[in-house]
Amino acid sequence: MKGKVHLYGDHVDTDQIIPGAYTKTLDVEDLAVHVFEYLDPDFRLRMTSGDFVVAGENFGCGSSREQAPLALKAAGIAAVVASSFARIFYRNAINIGLSVVEIGPHEIEKGSELEIDLQAGVLTDRTAQRTYPTAKIPAVMLDILNEGGLVPYLKKHGDYQL
Amino acid sequence: MSQTAVEKILSQHVGHPVRPDELVIVPVDSIMASDATAPYAIRAFEEMGGGDLWRPDKVILVIDHAAPAPNQRIGNLHRMMREFAQEKGCRLYDVGAGICHQVMVENRHAQPGEVVIGADSHSCAYGALGAFATGVGSTDLAALMRTGKTWLKVPPTIRIELAGRLPAGTVAKDVILFLVGQLGLNGASYQAIEYTGEAIEGLTLAGRMTLASMSVEMGAKAGIVDPRGLELPYRFEPVWADKQAHYAQVLRFDLSNLSPQISAPHSPDHVVPLEDVQGTRVTMAFIGTCTNGRFEDLQAAAVVLKGRSIAPHVRMIIAPASREVFNQALQEGVVEILSQAGATFITPGCGPCVGTHLGVPGDGEVVISSANRNFRGRMGNPNAQIYLASPAVVAATALCGVITDPGQVMETTGS
Repeated sequence: MKGKVHLYGDHVDTDQIIPGAYTKTLDVEDLAVHVFEYLDPDFRLRMTSGDFVVAGENFGCGSSREQAPLALKAAGIAAVVASSFARIFYRNAINIGLSVVEIGPHEIEKGSELEIDLQAGVLTDRTAQRTYPTAKIPAVMLDILNEGGLVPYLKKHGDYQL
Repeated sequence: MSQTAVEKILSQHVGHPVRPDELVIVPVDSIMASDATAPYAIRAFEEMGGGDLWRPDKVILVIDHAAPAPNQRIGNLHRMMREFAQEKGCRLYDVGAGICHQVMVENRHAQPGEVVIGADSHSCAYGALGAFATGVGSTDLAALMRTGKTWLKVPPTIRIELAGRLPAGTVAKDVILFLVGQLGLNGASYQAIEYTGEAIEGLTLAGRMTLASMSVEMGAKAGIVDPRGLELPYRFEPVWADKQAHYAQVLRFDLSNLSPQISAPHSPDHVVPLEDVQGTRVTMAFIGTCTNGRFEDLQAAAVVLKGRSIAPHVRMIIAPASREVFNQALQEGVVEILSQAGATFITPGCGPCVGTHLGVPGDGEVVISSANRNFRGRMGNPNAQIYLASPAVVAATALCGVITDPGQVMETTGS
C-alpha cells in the first residue's frame, strides 16, 4: 500500500470520525459523506482514494460505533496508522476489513508519502526516509483480516479458531 | 493460582485457569444490541448465513438511542429490528422501555459472575453487578448471535483502592470523574479495573453503575466493582478476587476530602474541582443516561429543586433511564417536583446524550449534563460546550443558571 498522509493528534474520538447523528443508516456512502465532519470539514475535498489517516495515541476512543471504520473505509482510506488504538475501534476496523497499523510514537508529517508492507511488518515514510516496525496483530485478528473481515471469516470457518 | 475477579469469571467460562494477555474464546451468558448498533449486526448476521440465533432467549435488542424514531430512516431501522426479533424469537425492548444497560440490569439479563457482551461501549456498566462485561461493535455482535462466543485477550487488572468515606455532597459521579481525570482517556486501555475500598462499600447498585459505566472513558475493557456491600433483589453468588491476586497496577486514592467534580469541554478527562468553573453561565441542563438517569439521580435533583424554579434562561431536560425509573419517580412525587420546577421529561432512553434528537444545543450554548461524554459535537453540535457533573450539580446549576455547588444553594435555605 502506498499513499498520502492526513495527520491528526491524540485521542481522536468516534464523534470526530463520524458524528452520532449521522450513524443511523445502513448506507455506507451516507457515512462517508460525514467522515471527520467536525474535526476536518475539508477532508473529503482534499483526500484521494488510497490515502492514509495517521494519528497519535488512542485513535477511535469513545463509542462502539462500527460506523466509524465503515465511514473511513467507504471514503476510500486504505489504512489507519496510529501510535495506539482504542480497543473497540481496532476490533471493528479489522472485522470490517479496514487495515489498522500500530507503530508507537512517530514523527510522520502531514502530506508525507507512506508505504506499508503488512506482511513484512514495515511502514516506510518515503518523505522523511525513515522506517517504523508495525506492531504485531494477534493471530486470530490477522486471520480475520486476511479473510477480508469477520463476515467472510465466519462464513468460511463457521466458528472461531485460535 | 490466585486470580483477580475478572480472571476468575473468565476462567469459569473458558474452562481452564486463564492468565493475563492470554487469547481465549469465551462462551458468553447474554448479549445486547441497541438501535445504534443492531441494524448493522442484523445485516452482518444475515451475511454470515443467517438462520437461527445461538440462543434467542439470550439475545436482547433495545430501542433506546433514537427513541421514538425522529425520522423515516430511523423509523425503518426500528422496524427492521422488530421484524428480526419477531422472526428469530429474541427479546426486544421497544420505545420507552429505557436505556439498554438499565433494561439489562433491571430485567436480570446481566447478573453477577456472568460474561455479558453488548454492542455499546458502556456495556461495562454491568461490572456494577460483579459481571465481566464489555462493549463490541456490530459485526462482533453478529458473530456472537451466531456462535454464543467471542475471542478476547484476558485483560490485566488494575486495582483501584478508594479509601475514606465520601464527604456529604459527593456521590459516585464525583468519584468516577475524579478517576477519569487522574488516569486520562487511555489510562486503563485494554485492561480491566477492579474498584474496591471503603468509599464504594456504601454505594447502591445505581452508584456502582455510575462508576462501572465510565470505565470505558479510561479505555478499560471492563470495570468491575467489589461485591462487598452490593444489594440485589435476588440471591446471588458473588465472585471475590483472591487476596494474593496479581495486579498490573494498584492505585490508592483517599476520597475523604473529595469535592464535587466537573469534566470541562471537550474531553471527559478534562476534570477540575467544581470551584474552578463555578459561575460559568449555562443555557441547557440535562439529567439522564446510563451513567446518571436512575431514580436516586432524579431524587437528588428533586432535593435541590423542591419548591423552586429553574433560572428563566435555562431549559432542563430529563430522560429517565427506564420506564421503571420513571414510574418510581412518579409514585414518589419526584416527577411533580421537577416538573413544577420547570424541567421537561422526555422518553426513557438515551435522549440528547448521543446528539441525534430531543435536545440538540445551539451554536455557542453551554450545557451542564449528567452524561458520560463531552467530546466536541457529542450532543449534535460541534459549536456547543458540554460540562459533565453529578445530577445534584446539574440541578443546582439549572436553578442558578450558572455552574453552582449544590451545597451552597442548600445552605441558604437551611436544609
